[in-house]
Formats: sequence, C-alpha cells, structure tokens
Amino acid sequence: MNLAIRDIRYNLGRFLLTGLGLGLLIAVVMSMAGIYRGLVIEATTIFNAAGADLWVVQKDTRGPFAESSRIPEDLYRTLAVIPGVAAAAPVSYQNLQVEHAGRPLRLYVVGHRPGGLGGHGPLASGRPIGQKRYEAVADESAGLLIGESLELGRNRYTVVGLTRQMVSSGGDPALFVSLVDAQELQFKKSNEALRNDRERIEASLRDLTRRAPAVARQVTATVEAITQSTHIANAVLIRLEPGADPRDAAGRIEAWKHHTVLTAAEQEQILTRFVIEKARRQLGLFTAILLVISTVIVALIIYTLTIDKIREIATLKLIGAPGLVVVKLIMQQSLALGAIAFAVGGLLIHSLYDRFPRRVVLLPADHLALLAIVAGICVLASLLGIRRALAVDPIQALGG
Amino acid sequence: MPAVRFDGLTKIYGSGDTAVVGIQDAAMSVERGELVAIIGPSGSGKSTLLTTIGLVTEPTAGRIEIDGEAVYDGRWVGPDRKLIRRRKIGFIFQHHNLIPFLTVAENVQVALDINGVRGRAAAARIRDLLGYLQIDHRAASYPARISGGERQRVAIARALANDPLLILADEPTASLDTERGKSVMEHLRRLARERGSAVIVVTHDERMIAGFDRVGRVQDGRLLVSPAAAAA
Repeated sequence: MNLAIRDIRYNLGRFLLTGLGLGLLIAVVMSMAGIYRGLVIEATTIFNAAGADLWVVQKDTRGPFAESSRIPEDLYRTLAVIPGVAAAAPVSYQNLQVEHAGRPLRLYVVGHRPGGLGGHGPLASGRPIGQKRYEAVADESAGLLIGESLELGRNRYTVVGLTRQMVSSGGDPALFVSLVDAQELQFKKSNEALRNDRERIEASLRDLTRRAPAVARQVTATVEAITQSTHIANAVLIRLEPGADPRDAAGRIEAWKHHTVLTAAEQEQILTRFVIEKARRQLGLFTAILLVISTVIVALIIYTLTIDKIREIATLKLIGAPGLVVVKLIMQQSLALGAIAFAVGGLLIHSLYDRFPRRVVLLPADHLALLAIVAGICVLASLLGIRRALAVDPIQALGG
Repeated sequence: MPAVRFDGLTKIYGSGDTAVVGIQDAAMSVERGELVAIIGPSGSGKSTLLTTIGLVTEPTAGRIEIDGEAVYDGRWVGPDRKLIRRRKIGFIFQHHNLIPFLTVAENVQVALDINGVRGRAAAARIRDLLGYLQIDHRAASYPARISGGERQRVAIARALANDPLLILADEPTASLDTERGKSVMEHLRRLARERGSAVIVVTHDERMIAGFDRVGRVQDGRLLVSPAAAAA
C-alpha cells in the first residue's frame, strides 16, 4: 500500500498548491539553464554563420569578438594564395545604436562581401544583398520589415531580407551590410574631423611648406589619404581546402609575424569561455543559489508535513510498521512534490520561453539533468523529516 | 497457555530523588477469550501498565510472556518486539487514531499490509471485519466523514486485522457518548467471546465494565486484580 500517494490524493489541493509554488522556483531554474544555453548559442551564431576555418586578426589580439582588431582589408588578397586556402574574405563587426521610428535601436553591424565568407546564411524571408551599397539584411528581432528604410550614419539603408535568431553575444540583432558600407560606418570620419586632421597635418608640415611647397602638398595628400582610408577590416576569414591542415595554414600566416591566426575551435572557445564567461558564471551561481533555496523550501515543507502526521506515524509504529514504511511515506511524498514542481515548472517555462527578451534554449538533456537534481534535492530534503519521523516514540499514539 | 502473563512488573521513571513509580510489582495472567478491565484514577499508572504489556515502554524490572514466550525478563529478550506487536497484539486508542488520508477499508488494509497480507486474502479479511463490525457500508468513506462510534469500530477492525492474540484498548470509550461507548464495549466483549482474543481494556469509567471477566484496579502503581463481580 502506497501511503504517500493516498496522502497526496486526500490532500490533493494542498499538494498541488505547494507544488505550484515550488514549480515557479523550478521554472526560474529552468529559465536560467535556458538563458545560459541561449547565451552560448547567441554568442556563436554569427561565428557559425561565418563558416570560416581560420580567423586572421591584428597581431597579439584575440579579436574581433573578444577585443578590438584592425587589419588592412587587402590582406585577404595575399592570404588567398597561400597553399591550402580555398577562400579569404575581410569582415567587420561593429555595435551601433541608432534612433529608429522614435525609439533607440541597438544593432550589431556585420560588414562582408555579399556572397563571400562572414555572411548571414539562410534567410527567414526576403533576399540577400543584391547591390554594393545601401542594402541591408536585418535580424527579425530588430523589428524591421522588408522594404523598411533605416538611417545609419550619413546614409539610408533599405532592408531587403530578414534572418532568424542571428544576434551578437550581447543579444543585439545583427544587421548585415556590404563591407564598404560597414567600413564607412565604422571608419569614415565626420567633415569636422577631416578638417581638423587636415589642419593638424598642415601645421606639422609648416616648415616643409615654406621650404618646399610642392613636396609639402604631395606629402599632405599622401598623409590625408592614409588617415582617411576606410579600407580596414576587423578580421580576414579563411576557408581551407578540403583536407588542409588548419594548424599548418595558420603557421604559414603567423610566420610573417604580422598577424595572429585563430582556428575556428580557438575562436569558439574565446566566445564561449571568455566573452560570456562572467555572464555564464553569474547564471551558474544564481542557479546554484536557487537550487539551494529549493532544497531548503522542500525540506521545510516536508518537515512540516511530517510534523502534521506525527500521530499517524506514531500509530503506524505502534501497530508494528517497520521504519521503512515511514521512510517511504516521507521520501515518496518529497519526490512526488518534486515531480509536481518539475511538471509545473516545465509547463510554465515552455509556455513563456519565447517571451524572454533574449534567447532561451530548452534542451531535453538539461531537463533530464534538472530532473535528476530535483530528485536528489527531494531525497536530501526529506532526510530532515525522516529523521524527525524515526525519532517519534510510538507511545505518542496513546493518550489525548 | 495464557495469552499474556506478567510478574513483578515494575516501571520507574527517572532515578534518585526524582524517581516516579509508574507501576510496581504488577502480576497478572490473561487467558485467550478473557475480558479484563484495568481501572483507576488518572495518573495511577494504568496507561503505563498497558504500554508496558504492549511492549512499547520498557519495564524497569519483571517478566512478560506473550503466548508462552518470554519477551522481557529483566531486559528485552526473544523475538523482535515490532514483529510481536504486528502479529500478536492489536491496539485500540482513546481517539481511534485512524489515518485520516486512508478510507475505512484502507485503514484496516494498512495493518494487513504491514504484516505482509495483500491481494485477495487482504480484501476478504477486510470484508469479513467490516461486516462483523457492521461498517461495511462505510468502506470507501474517510474517517472525517463517519461518526465517532463508527470510527472506533473501524479502529477495532484495524486492531483485529491480523487476528491478534491480545487486544489492548486504551480508554476506547473516552471520546464517545454513553450509548456509543456501551456499543464499543459490547463489540469488545463479542470479539473476546467469538474470536478468542484476550482483551485488556484500560478505562476510568467504571460504568463500562459490566460483563468483564476480571477487573484490575491500579492505585499508586500497584495492581490489584479481582473478579468483576467483586470489583462491582
């Protein structure tokens, strides 16, 4: 005879309410795990869509996601001819906040050569960028519509396609534009800055202007061209030929000692272990605290339920029930409470997860792991009640 | 062979200056089918006597035999006390002590289940007992939904579940009105006669002991046993 189930059946409302309360807590734990998974996936979506085997970045940096990296755009031409390299393409990444439709809009602008590496992959709707300038592909989470016009910097861009769940590690929706547009957004100086630069150069060359005006004009023009150039990229992506050894190709590039080369695995590790490390640890700690709170709450509930049944437990012991009958009653109730809470939490989070501002990824493996943890918590939490129940003197069943 | 026999049974709580005598040098032998009342004022030691015979309270000295087998002889001896309580002793309590989340039938079933009687044998036994105590129509009801007298009859059914040799009842009529109390006592008399169990009833209400075979009067921990007629 299963006493725990019969007690639950008799006190169903009370049990369900308790399970509901605990379920809310479990839902938060589930959401934490989902947010963590989402964080990892979001951090790697743009990286994965880029489809690169090697990432060439500024020397001694871990760019372009973890830190700033600037390299010449035309480097890709040199890299493309290295043995084992199938394709090379410059890319740029930039966070941007603009005003759109009267509200602030944060975007992660990805500049790439349309059709080349570093793009967006399959679209949810619309078409890829078809012209060299002023077209954009936005992520759905930006809230932009196909055909909508968006002002970025000095120019207006038309949204021609939409991606799904393509965001930065910070959760900002991606906006794919041509590399030229992205370079202009990132590196082109304002008119005021250009005038200031020009005056600074001319001031520096004042002596030369007096002594050799023609040379000074040529030098000024050259320096201006260099300082105003937007032909800069944040990284050059490389796809290797089938069978090519990434370490071998990376070694050849690094031998020039001008750049750092990261393999896809290294770049992924930087994204998942370093870029989101603090957020990951924060979520982990919060989840651990919630699990401890859940354990304490279950323990208190089970202890209270046990105290409520002291007379029944004493009666059972008096009529000769072995200790195991009492242990099973308490532990099974605790496990049942955990099961109810898990089901409530699961239902709740599965009906709400898509309303979170950032991606929440619910994996069956995580749910199974949490189920095992909840079961462990319930067993642990029931120990207090079991200890109390086993200490009950059967004589308590007698008297008034 | 007596169902229960005890001799020189003493229980002293505490020690030294704070020692309190629960029972002292009590002796009695109760045969199968015999109905014995233990009466006495509150605090006289009658419940201590009951719990000691019921192998719940450990005596300080003396000897207890259940079904001819020594269970206490200056210390616990013989088989597991829980096992004896489960198989040979039935308890009836002052406040019925039914498990509120079990139905009437399940309250009887739990005693059978603990003793390893399950399935059809348990179902037949439950039917038999509930019919015998005329509460079979309440089998599916919860204790909270039946009357006090019916609850006490369920408690009797549970005590009888494993066909015990000895039934110990602690103030079984205390929470009932006179009529219902008499009805419960009648049931106890019937089961002693018809089922052959030795029944020891602790009560403070001397009106309820009519028809008992013997009466034990406890006064300051001492037990004086006499035929019921003499006690009356």
